[in-house]
Amino acid sequence: MSTAYKTVHDIAGPLLMVRDVEGVTYDELCEIELTDGSKRLGKVLESKEGLAVVQLFESAQGATTEGTKVRFLGRSFELGVSEDMLGRIFNGSGKPMDNGPELVPEKKLDINGAPINPASREFPDDFIQTGISTIDVLNTLVRGQKLPIFSGAGLPHAQLAAQIARQARVLTESEVADGKGAATVETDDKFAVVFAAMGVTFEEAQFFKNEFEKTGALSRAVLFLNTADNPVAERIATPRLALTAAEYLAYEKDYHVTVIITDMTNYCEALREISAARKEVPGRRGYPGYLYTDLATLYERAGRIKGKKGSITQIPILTMPEDDVTHPIPDLTGYITEGQIRLDRSLHQKAIYPPVIPMGSLSRLKGKAQGEGVTREDHSGMDAQLTAAYARGVEVRELAVILGESSLSDTDKAYLKFADRFEKEFITQSEGENRSIFQSLDIGWDLLKELPRSELKRVKPAQIDTYMKSTVAA
Amino acid sequence: MSKDATITKVAGPLVVANGMSNAKMYEVVKVSKERLIGEVIELHGEEASIQVYEETSGIGPGEPVELTGLTLSVELAPGLLTSIYDGIQRPLELIEKKTQSPFITRGIEVPALSRTAKWDFTATVAVGDEVSGGDILGTVPETVLIEHKVMVPPNVSGTIVEIHSGNFTIEETIAVIEDETTKQRTNVSMLQKWPIRIPRPVKGKLIPNEPLITGMRVLDMLFPIARGGSGAIPGPFGAGKTVTQQSLAKYCNAQVIVYIGCGERGNEMTEVLTEFPHLKDPNSGEPLMKRTIMIANTSNMPVAAREASVYTGITIAEYYRDMGYDVALMADSTSRWAEAMREMSGRLEEMPGEEGYPAYLGSRTAGFYERAGIVECAGSDNRRGSLSVIGAVSPPGGDFSEPVTQNTLRVTKVFWALDAKLAYKRHFPAINWLQSYSLYTDNLEGWYGKEVAEDFPTNRRRAQKILQDESTLEEIVRLVGMDALSPKEQLTMETARMIREDFLYQNGFDPVDAYSSLQKQYRLLKSILTFADIAEPIITQEDFDFKRLQELPVKEEIAQASFIPEEEVESHFDKLDETIRSQISSL
Repeated sequence: MSTAYKTVHDIAGPLLMVRDVEGVTYDELCEIELTDGSKRLGKVLESKEGLAVVQLFESAQGATTEGTKVRFLGRSFELGVSEDMLGRIFNGSGKPMDNGPELVPEKKLDINGAPINPASREFPDDFIQTGISTIDVLNTLVRGQKLPIFSGAGLPHAQLAAQIARQARVLTESEVADGKGAATVETDDKFAVVFAAMGVTFEEAQFFKNEFEKTGALSRAVLFLNTADNPVAERIATPRLALTAAEYLAYEKDYHVTVIITDMTNYCEALREISAARKEVPGRRGYPGYLYTDLATLYERAGRIKGKKGSITQIPILTMPEDDVTHPIPDLTGYITEGQIRLDRSLHQKAIYPPVIPMGSLSRLKGKAQGEGVTREDHSGMDAQLTAAYARGVEVRELAVILGESSLSDTDKAYLKFADRFEKEFITQSEGENRSIFQSLDIGWDLLKELPRSELKRVKPAQIDTYMKSTVAA
Repeated sequence: MSKDATITKVAGPLVVANGMSNAKMYEVVKVSKERLIGEVIELHGEEASIQVYEETSGIGPGEPVELTGLTLSVELAPGLLTSIYDGIQRPLELIEKKTQSPFITRGIEVPALSRTAKWDFTATVAVGDEVSGGDILGTVPETVLIEHKVMVPPNVSGTIVEIHSGNFTIEETIAVIEDETTKQRTNVSMLQKWPIRIPRPVKGKLIPNEPLITGMRVLDMLFPIARGGSGAIPGPFGAGKTVTQQSLAKYCNAQVIVYIGCGERGNEMTEVLTEFPHLKDPNSGEPLMKRTIMIANTSNMPVAAREASVYTGITIAEYYRDMGYDVALMADSTSRWAEAMREMSGRLEEMPGEEGYPAYLGSRTAGFYERAGIVECAGSDNRRGSLSVIGAVSPPGGDFSEPVTQNTLRVTKVFWALDAKLAYKRHFPAINWLQSYSLYTDNLEGWYGKEVAEDFPTNRRRAQKILQDESTLEEIVRLVGMDALSPKEQLTMETARMIREDFLYQNGFDPVDAYSSLQKQYRLLKSILTFADIAEPIITQEDFDFKRLQELPVKEEIAQASFIPEEEVESHFDKLDETIRSQISSL
């Protein structure tokens, strides 16, 4: 056992300065024993000769400069992993909290992980059918992608994430050939859900727990919960624990893992709090200058690796402060992730679920997951056409407010009608509705009948003939 | 006299060491027992600040630091093309082989270029020839596309006393050069090293006057970049910076491409790696990978190496320029490079400038883009090479007033402003035609007029004017409706719409539309303008119903014209122009 230092000199927020230390390394894990005997974990943020700056993963409440003992453990923060993690619930520091037995780890892994070699990655191109039209057709999700949900306070992001986790699956070759998607399909692939909650309310955490229990998904899920009343600094570790568990399941045990992380905004707030306590030069809105790099070390832990069966698909959720997409958290996230699903308040207020707005939503990896052999030949054209037409329709709607509907041209009136129907029939679906990609595309063709054929510049003429079954509106 | 160099402080990628009185600025050092690669960036007496290019967790005070005496350099020799490197030129594919793991661990030492591979060297000079720095000694067929020219190192000159053709490794001596005055003999191998922060020498710089053709209509027609020029692509996320950069890498008519993924997504690098070997160069028909070198320092790889990656890339690019090639370098994204500087600056506790960026952000940015240019290469054969630099910028919140965008715009001559609003409408490439500019248009007009068509520059100006007018008219329409416009103004709106939707919009995923030759660009725009010219006298007649013009079937033909294959351009457009004429006059 290493020496215990009783030389804590300063305590500020979650930070401890320990003096007269020797042989302490950067990023080392340490154990802090308070005078009442309780133990907490921390890590070294800065190591100088004779001084270590330690960041606690838990609250510093009750810590004293005299009497508190600090032990440096000679290793970084590790998570014990095994396949038995499935079905278990852990707290934000990785300790079981479901009254189950202690986990017997197969191995211990550094929670910081290591960057995946770009040369070892496999490009993600397996189409995932989520059963949600706005995602499948317009913002196609791909296995191994990181696709966050940009939400706002009070929007149904939790329901949407749960629906994706429940319905997401990959189509079989015969389904693609038939052009029909069955509701359930037997495959040999192993699936798992890893869920990390940072600073969410008890109710929201409970919502996910119940959701997983109700659908029987809990037995193949691993939950890491740090609720709003748990220590702030712990939130730095929580997503890393979850991703470490996910990497183990995906790359060593061949699972296709969906990782849901909520709420990234709370994570960033925690990071800001620690940065402020360290008196670092702040970047935009007080967030540390390394926020981009730090977020990247989380988001980049998604993907597929050559020669490995498993994959990690990440769906982080973040609430945009004041629905502002230029706020540093959504902004930096958007620069790292492969697109975003954006929820819109005005759609939500019109009682449209899911309120996914096509403008501002994007999937960067959709190119290879749309089209013949993967979904259907008309997919990418339909995507471009629907989005462009809806954008025009919304513009026309604004114009109609100023000028009155009667002064619109016939084409503009058609666009207006299209936009209304698009919201009601394409975007809107119930929480339990699982549409196959083919159903979604057919709805799209039905809606395009509203527009004159000369306006359909993004779909191929031959496809119009094949798929638009009845007569085209003039 | 000095004690052993030892670490005194570790904070992320910054390590401070004592006993460093022999260290030089920007010297490469090996940090700790793990021998992590670092670079000296500040000296205070015995103490040195080192930025470490690898993860520093588990490193602590008291561990040794070893000086190497070298500055951070790249290795230059045959074998660079088709490679993928990290920010400090470590080959990622070899790292994968050596570690037997898909993850990058640290302390791995692998040479940038193979020491065992043999290259077929053919001498082009003979014993007794006088040579000086930059002269070509001989050639090596590096890939089917590029003949590698082995040059005399910049600081060597004299008489050839020995030279051999044949199969050699890059370290074997291929020639011996004797200095005339000192009689000192230098053994020359194919391998050269060059420090990344110092531009390679050239005889002189020239004014760029030829375009770098990209096959993208909005760029070539409205905002062209010159060969040897520099350009910036700023834009918010999702507006298409990476897609534009990748299109440029695929289709621009440079001979060598250096693609730097600086602090960007891992999957994007993988996309290039999986796609480029299968894509054919439109100019030569060979796989694109054969002319490409990639530098990949993804966002989760160590931040200090991200700072170095743009210099590594541009030094390699200069090396090929020196052979006389046209090289194009894409850096995606320079904002991540600037952020890496900011992060190191913060850790060094320097006084911050605007938005926390160091005060030297402007000079470093200028220094980087100034390495672009069309040059007379070092050496006595008067060959010319060019290096075009195109940097993506990722402004926070899409706000172009931030320091990185502003500093970049001060030194680059082409500004391709990406617009999120256009991207939302799926108008790609989402380059805003009102905000963007190119300062090369005047220099290039002569070339376009001579090589494509005499009225090419006039058509460009007309198209730009129509688009400008449209934005003014749109304001009016928004207030009082389309009916308030005169027929002539309605025609302007209609023409602008055709320019936007049928000319500027380009489908990058369509095999035909993705690349448009200059001839096709010219004809397509000309057809649209012809439509406007012929229609004008007709619609200004009294009682003319404008709808009849809008409903002409030929408009759909114009909309499909961008999908006309290159071979049929002449005949097809002749026919199209004829149809336009006949249909409009029938009104």
